[in-house]
Amino acid sequence: MAAISPAETLELPPKGGVKKSKRLFSVKRLKENWQLYVLILPAFLCILVFSYFPMYGVIIAFKNYMPSLGIWASPWVGFKYFSQFFNSYYFWDLIRNTLGIQIYGLIVGFPLPIILALALNEMKDGFWKKFSQTITYAPNFISVVVMGGMLIAFLDPSTGIINHGLGMLGMKPIAFMSDPRWFKTVYVLSGVWQGTGWGSVIYLAALAGVDPALHEAAIVDGATKLQRIWHINLPAIVPTMVILLIMNVGSLFSMGYEKILLLQNPLNLSSSNVIATFVYQQGLINGAYSYAAAVGLFNSLINAVLLIAVNQLARKVSETSLW
Amino acid sequence: MNTTLVKDTKADKIFKIFLYIFIALAVLIVIYPLIYIISASVSDPTAVNSGQMWLWPKGFTMRGYNVIMDYKDIWRGYGMTIFYTVAGTIVSLVMTIPCAYAISRPDFSGKKWFTIFMLITMFLSGGLIPSYLLIKALGMLNTVWAIIIPGAVSVYNIVVTRAFFQSNIPWEMQEAAKIDGASDFQIFFRIVIPLSAPIIAVMALFYGVGMWNGYFGALVYLQDKSLYPLQMVLRQILVLQDMQQGASTGGGVTASTAELMKQRAELAAIIKYGVMIVSSLPVILIYPFLQRFFVKGVLIGSLKG
Repeated sequence: MAAISPAETLELPPKGGVKKSKRLFSVKRLKENWQLYVLILPAFLCILVFSYFPMYGVIIAFKNYMPSLGIWASPWVGFKYFSQFFNSYYFWDLIRNTLGIQIYGLIVGFPLPIILALALNEMKDGFWKKFSQTITYAPNFISVVVMGGMLIAFLDPSTGIINHGLGMLGMKPIAFMSDPRWFKTVYVLSGVWQGTGWGSVIYLAALAGVDPALHEAAIVDGATKLQRIWHINLPAIVPTMVILLIMNVGSLFSMGYEKILLLQNPLNLSSSNVIATFVYQQGLINGAYSYAAAVGLFNSLINAVLLIAVNQLARKVSETSLW
Repeated sequence: MNTTLVKDTKADKIFKIFLYIFIALAVLIVIYPLIYIISASVSDPTAVNSGQMWLWPKGFTMRGYNVIMDYKDIWRGYGMTIFYTVAGTIVSLVMTIPCAYAISRPDFSGKKWFTIFMLITMFLSGGLIPSYLLIKALGMLNTVWAIIIPGAVSVYNIVVTRAFFQSNIPWEMQEAAKIDGASDFQIFFRIVIPLSAPIIAVMALFYGVGMWNGYFGALVYLQDKSLYPLQMVLRQILVLQDMQQGASTGGGVTASTAELMKQRAELAAIIKYGVMIVSSLPVILIYPFLQRFFVKGVLIGSLKG
């Protein structure tokens, strides 16, 4: 940011220039910039109401929320719902399922976009490269409902194409959608199918920034393609990898509702019940608002702590960090 | 880097073979299910379900599409989705672009606290239940506003747009206008907006596709089926229908319900692949032409990390 604003160092005359005042708020500066404040107003109000007000509303996690009394007048219960959650028999199941799916997804899903990007980067520019990119990016734009419908259709034990394929190989049909042992694999691999191509975009951008002179020098020195990828291209994308890894590890506990709610059914519940779906079920289906809010708050707190911890760690072991 | 004057060595040739096999495999894995869906949508459902149809259409029929044409819920959902997508995208752009511009200005005194104000929401959130109670308290439950307004601002998109303004619109130019007496509004509307077509396109696509493909807001906030977007109708056809099919094998149902369920299952079998295509069609059609804009959006975002 600093690099683009010579105005800040040039000390322009007061008219139109910038007066650096120590105080964060002052009437003078408000007057100078009032039109810019008008420009941020819609977004400010939207974030204030729809992001900050729920942060206030989360105090129902410490109250016995009764809709007739409202948030403030409902009686306090302290940490009752938290201890109820921690002591419940399903507490560890929820944690295990959430982390299990997310870590599985990270291990399988993290390296693939990198490999794909390194491979696409080696292709000659032209029709086939463009074609490969267009095709591999495409699943990212398929809606989660269609994705869920595809999985249910393809994996059906009697009519699905996957089981017909397995039958051709002489294997017995597998009830992928109703067998808890298969749930995580189905969830993760479908995510890989959908996200790998698009995930490679960011690495391809980093690879485009590699100085061709490095490759030329390496070729002169007799390096093979594989050696050049390993010693030139891979190091070039390490910072991007670290940042994405931080974000992924930091969001291990922030699992979305959308896809898993579609794939969940009573038969696979023992491995598909995660914190997010539990909050949805308790709060919106059973109406246990306070309890569900407490579980949600617990989840959001671990999330924030995890992200900060991972970032701290990354800063210590490498130069790259999010902030 | 492919303009090498040095001839490929043997190792490089072998590498190239593996490279192309790998890429071909990746493309095949992605493209096969897509071709299968297209073929299945125009094939006889019996051939599809028995596995006879595995690549090209078998027993060509447009029956599925005919049923879809007469399926009122789908078209009502389509209409609602178009409305949500257009209205939602406009609202999102009106909130995102001006805000991102303001915080891209080095002389904006509110830049710092507002950025912090935004970034906090990326780490902390009230969660699903307090948000739901808020929407309820505001009287937005079961109205179109619940779909359009609460998610209108994406902090990530604001950060991406700000990065675009910072690196693509020279501050010197705006400053010159300012010295000439232009107000901030004039600078924004007369100078910045006309130069911002690419980022507006990128943001419209991001928000638009997100709105087109989303269903969760509708699941949580809408009960009235006439307000359902297309994805909710799809969910009923593709996901819930199948669950009923699964449940019907459990036994204990009366003959008439069993018969009804069988009919429903047949209907679902005929139309399921067709609805996948019909619902994705707008996105499929625009995607190849606008791919570079989508990619651009990711790249602008990655510059600022």
